[in-house]
Amino acid sequence: MNFDPLVAEKRFGTGLSPHIVPPKSVDHMLEMLAGDDGMARRFVIPSFDKMRPQPLKIAQLGREKRKARGTDKFESASDAVRNINRDIRNRRLENLKFTMGRGIVTQDGFRERLTQFWSDHFTTIAKAGQFSHLISSAIEDTIRPNLTGKFSTMLRAAVLHPVMLGYLDQISSVGPNSELGKRKNNGLNENLAREILELHSLGVGGGYTQTDVRQFAELLTGLRYTVWRGFRFDERAAEPGAEVVLGKSYGGEGPASISDIYDALDDIAAHPDTARYIAQKLAVHFVSDTPNPDLVAAMAVRFQKTDGDLMAVYEMMLAHPAAWGVPLSKARQPFDFMVAAFRALGVTEKDVKSYSSRRMLRNISRPLRAMGQSWQLPTGPDGWPEQADHWITPQGIAARIQWSIGLAQEMGGAAPDPRQFVFDALGPNAAPEVQFAAASAEIKQEAIGIILSSPQFQRR
Amino acid sequence: MDRRDFMLRSLALGCSAAASPLVTPVALASAPWDNRLVVLILRGGMDGLDVVQPYGDRDMSGLRPNLKVGEAGHAHDLDGFFSLHNGLGSLMPLWTKGELGFAHAVSTPYRDKRSHFDGQDLLEAGTVSLGGTTQNDGWLNRMLGRVPGVQAETTYAIGIEQMLLTKGRAPASSWSPEVSFELSAQAQRLLELVYHDDPLYRAAAAEAIAIASDLEMSQDLDAETADMMSSNAEMMQPVGKGGSHRKLAEFAASRLRGHTRIAAFSIGGWDTHQTQSRFIERPLKTLSDTILTLRAGLGDVWGKTAVIAMTEFGRTARENGSKGTDHGTGGAMVFAGGAIRGGQVISEWPGLKESELYAGRDLMPTRDVRAHAAWMMRGLFGISNSDLERVVFPDLEMGNDPKILL
Repeated sequence: MNFDPLVAEKRFGTGLSPHIVPPKSVDHMLEMLAGDDGMARRFVIPSFDKMRPQPLKIAQLGREKRKARGTDKFESASDAVRNINRDIRNRRLENLKFTMGRGIVTQDGFRERLTQFWSDHFTTIAKAGQFSHLISSAIEDTIRPNLTGKFSTMLRAAVLHPVMLGYLDQISSVGPNSELGKRKNNGLNENLAREILELHSLGVGGGYTQTDVRQFAELLTGLRYTVWRGFRFDERAAEPGAEVVLGKSYGGEGPASISDIYDALDDIAAHPDTARYIAQKLAVHFVSDTPNPDLVAAMAVRFQKTDGDLMAVYEMMLAHPAAWGVPLSKARQPFDFMVAAFRALGVTEKDVKSYSSRRMLRNISRPLRAMGQSWQLPTGPDGWPEQADHWITPQGIAARIQWSIGLAQEMGGAAPDPRQFVFDALGPNAAPEVQFAAASAEIKQEAIGIILSSPQFQRR
Repeated sequence: MDRRDFMLRSLALGCSAAASPLVTPVALASAPWDNRLVVLILRGGMDGLDVVQPYGDRDMSGLRPNLKVGEAGHAHDLDGFFSLHNGLGSLMPLWTKGELGFAHAVSTPYRDKRSHFDGQDLLEAGTVSLGGTTQNDGWLNRMLGRVPGVQAETTYAIGIEQMLLTKGRAPASSWSPEVSFELSAQAQRLLELVYHDDPLYRAAAAEAIAIASDLEMSQDLDAETADMMSSNAEMMQPVGKGGSHRKLAEFAASRLRGHTRIAAFSIGGWDTHQTQSRFIERPLKTLSDTILTLRAGLGDVWGKTAVIAMTEFGRTARENGSKGTDHGTGGAMVFAGGAIRGGQVISEWPGLKESELYAGRDLMPTRDVRAHAAWMMRGLFGISNSDLERVVFPDLEMGNDPKILL
């Protein structure tokens, strides 16, 4: 079996819509992906450099507040901190709203799903609430512009971004024999080096050892970021001498340089274990928790032959019969489930943009948490689990049902006719039992909730 | 007939709401045992050397210039050799009473790659290595499989995230006190219909409906627990306000006072790569709050309860370059409860000299954490050594009885 517009919209897109026409072919999907990123312009999420409140401003106000302790300026300094914290919270909710909005109204759903996939692959988590609005910016800077380029380009952008350097402690790692290391008695922190190898490239089953982690951590020293001075490569923090990572030596001649780090990342990106790991992960995310090995192998070969050209890898996935001819067996993750529900209900750009912060918190952010997916807060850098049975637990399904019925109740009289909605949400092949339930519920809102709670809606 | 089977059968028959089998209380056989077990999974790699500090080992202080131990770190002396991190100071009265103990220099069989995620999977799977890409059952579930008559409510995994620990063929419940769930009879009937042909959704929904109706029925019990907790107010003193971990512990206690015998949940935040002295405070507070909340909420049942807290690996013996520690191997585990023989740190201490460290960097594990968990289940539930060594923890040698239980 090959391309099917309904499968394309469910499996590779953000769900069916009563207004938006599904893609016509694999070529059409790829054309849209290669073309203009209209959603980024309609729902603008600023880059890290432009995001407000800026980390610098946050730090300055914090400093002023500490200085004002015990003086008559303390109250106004505290107010300023409170205000900026409120701005950060609202900004984060706006990022959530815009990220959802893109999925709800786009015709190019594959782009949104890929953005989610890679954001999860390169998970960053705000260690303090004060950075929570910057995660979306990092995604906007590192993932979204690099979706269709070389994997090595995305790898470099993602792991060297200030948000990642902070999250995985790279900013506090110093070469023990470097100028700063000796002066301040500082040293290595292995966290980022390990996670790049384990999570971002070769995978935990890949051919690396503790020695590689250690050597790579030494190589990565010198990457610095502070809110006061921004990002820079600081030779004085870089471990002197050459490092051997995965059998290849980097640097050693002359002063340490960031180009040695670029070289190592490029080699890691091109490693055969990376090709296999990325191919497997993509297939698991999009196609099946247990994907056809031929599909994975074909994608891995394409990755290697094209030097990690992601567009070519997607093309191989979408052209492969095993990407289409299997049942829709994955469970939509909570975020995607919500997006699909709004999309099926025909929510528009204007609707989305009118949602207040309070509503986003109460009706989206908290229910996401109850469903097991606190937005941008997975438990670790490995991101969210894929397996359907991780999500469809008693507490998870209860939260989904409760939210679905609540959403329809909130729509009140504006809720669609369930007998029509069942086809909007599920397509022309809506299961007879769901059609029956839609037609026989006493209350319209309950019928909508049941349709959204049905496995046919939640599976992809 | 166990509850889950009963629910599935009801669903399969497509019962009408009028008969309402899903909200009819099922007569419960008495639970197979009266003892209680709480398993806490400490995610992120707890630094055993900082929590239960071998301050009597003269090589200790040289390894960690900034992470002070013993008196210098305001820690509490335990036995002249080990001291307890001040962040768990509120548990010292339990140590004195014999309700708190530790094992040290322990680890799972996981070695060398030091990945959190594989390490946690292995800890919960209870195996020597991870079979294939996903291990699909946990050691607690395999233990339940050896006990005739266990029901879903015998065991609760608590929290929003699923735990591998209780996953598997034996019935076990999974719930989060943060989720509220109410359905009209008709919605329930129609959901049964739409879930009928999807086993994953059908089972999860049946369990959710059953748990929600159980919870409704046991509201009186919860009220009773709340009363008791307020009457134990002085015991609650060290417990801070708020925090979802307290809700989990309170929920666990309310279940364990009823038909539930085993509860499991997670405490995260142990991955202290940086400025550990600051960042370890919060998970320590969460751990001590959890234990104290359980104790207060369990009342008399505390006397029959054993709590074990275990982590995926310890951390490097040496401090790293940013006043934290990196992923290591050997570490510590925590025991608490009225059923344990506390006041002891069980350990064959390997020493901390360079040559005594694992791979020259980590505390050398001298015992498998699974052995301690196995002895505990043998003592609490009478599981045989052969079941423990072959089925629950394959390829484990339990060794001598560490005498953790009274």
